Amino acid sequence: MLKDITLGQYFPGNSVVHRLDPRTKLIALIVYIVALFTAGSWLTYAIAFGFLAVSIAVSQIPLKAIVRGMKPLVFVLIFTGILNLFFTGGERVLVSFWRITITLEGITRAIFMVVRILMLISATFLLTYTTSPISLTDGLESLLSPLKKLRMPVHELSMMMCIALRFIPTLIEETDKIISAQKARGADFESGSLMKRVKALVPILVPLFISAFRRADELATAMECRCYHGGDGRTKMKLLRLKRPDYCAFLLLTALLCVQAIVSSVGL
Amino acid sequence: MTPILQVQNLHYTYSIGTPFAHTALDDVSFSVMPGEFIGVIGHTGSGKSTLMQHLNGLLKPTSGKILLDGKDIWADKKLTRQARFRVGLVFQYPEYQLFEETVYKDIAFGPKNMGLSPEEVDRRVREAAGFVGLTDAQLEVSPFDLSGGQKRRVAIAGVIAMEPEVLILDEPTAGLDPEGREEILRNIEAYRKAKNAAILMVSHSMSDVARLASRLLVLNDSNLAMDGTPLEVFARAGELVDMGLDIPDVTRLFLRLQAMGIPVNQVYTLEQAAAELRRIKEGNAHA
Repeated sequence: MLKDITLGQYFPGNSVVHRLDPRTKLIALIVYIVALFTAGSWLTYAIAFGFLAVSIAVSQIPLKAIVRGMKPLVFVLIFTGILNLFFTGGERVLVSFWRITITLEGITRAIFMVVRILMLISATFLLTYTTSPISLTDGLESLLSPLKKLRMPVHELSMMMCIALRFIPTLIEETDKIISAQKARGADFESGSLMKRVKALVPILVPLFISAFRRADELATAMECRCYHGGDGRTKMKLLRLKRPDYCAFLLLTALLCVQAIVSSVGL
Repeated sequence: MTPILQVQNLHYTYSIGTPFAHTALDDVSFSVMPGEFIGVIGHTGSGKSTLMQHLNGLLKPTSGKILLDGKDIWADKKLTRQARFRVGLVFQYPEYQLFEETVYKDIAFGPKNMGLSPEEVDRRVREAAGFVGLTDAQLEVSPFDLSGGQKRRVAIAGVIAMEPEVLILDEPTAGLDPEGREEILRNIEAYRKAKNAAILMVSHSMSDVARLASRLLVLNDSNLAMDGTPLEVFARAGELVDMGLDIPDVTRLFLRLQAMGIPVNQVYTLEQAAAELRRIKEGNAHA
């Protein structure tokens, strides 16, 4: 059950998308999200969808992996859909009973919102699936480096993010082990009232936190033993450098934004 | 005597129906008698831990049956839950599962889940603490203030307090100093004798299992490769080495002596080795 969580998982590969500079991919994601939120018609959604579909195809990430990652979000999607379906006012009423009315506008809006979230999540997955956590944080650090002038601890923040991502699978494995061990002592997580179930989590959470702190402590010691002392004067083994595919990607993104802007201003 | 636990044609496949599917257990069958001390040995990834988790119903067999007292533990929900209590499972590094404020409360977690009366819970906690050599004063401290070896003993007491008829331990002595190891092994043996419980102990230490177990199960590549007395199993030293397993140091020494033409019998513990050497020495003196 916990193994279904795919957050922060990286699928090694050698596609163009994998080889793009992480900064390019981060910016691309932001631009794409902007494009998605400015989209308001069938045509603009279709263009955004096409862009995403091509990117996923090029990345060679199995579609199954992306669909699997959606599973935990089904509830959010359904909730958004229902909310938009019932609470969107409009002229063209299709069904009306009791205090609920469903309008054509409501249906369109519900579809748009759900599709928008789906595409947004897929695009985010595309980023995390094709970028290793290390290069992702490298890219983030590089993009945020101007903030260093404002005394923001950019390197420390990105290091924290990197470590957090790295430990997600470890902690999931640990949780599975603790659950089994407490089950072996007769702990019951599946029945009882809500209060009882919340209480049943204590035997899992306490050992989990203790082990997380213990790991953090050990990691800190190990890093200090290797003379880690933050970002000052630290050089990198892999320098980030933009290459031709990156420029192509920027060109395509600009094109996407332009097309979206033109199409919506024409009013299609 | 009827077996307390029977494993019949057990198969288990992880992530079945996905490309990651892989077989962890392939047609494993054996039975366990009350009071038996069984050592389970096998290479990392041979399926030992998977097998252990089947015996108390944590994992459901892909096919095959686990019978507890002749009844299939998956036949209905009540039996599965009962199996959790009647077959106690101590995981590797069990001290990482402690969570209560006091040692007493932590040991009482299992018995409380069984729905026993407070008096019975109290009796069991104190008895289990006695088995692992914890003092009354220690029962009232936080388990996190104890040393590593003591924490381990608290965790084992937490399972013993359920008074399981079969006690399974996955590497109970891993990471302990020699004194701590001896103590834990003594505690386990004391529990077995007192309750006539069957013990299954997974271990990488051949000398430990050789000394304590009356029977050894050897797992290799998801299969039960050998099942016999330590003498029978260690006689097949060559096969064990091929599986990436070890044999006790004295056994290896005596096999070398045999190879050199010295008429010694097979041994697997230091005591037996000493007796065997004495026998030969005296034999020579008479000659």
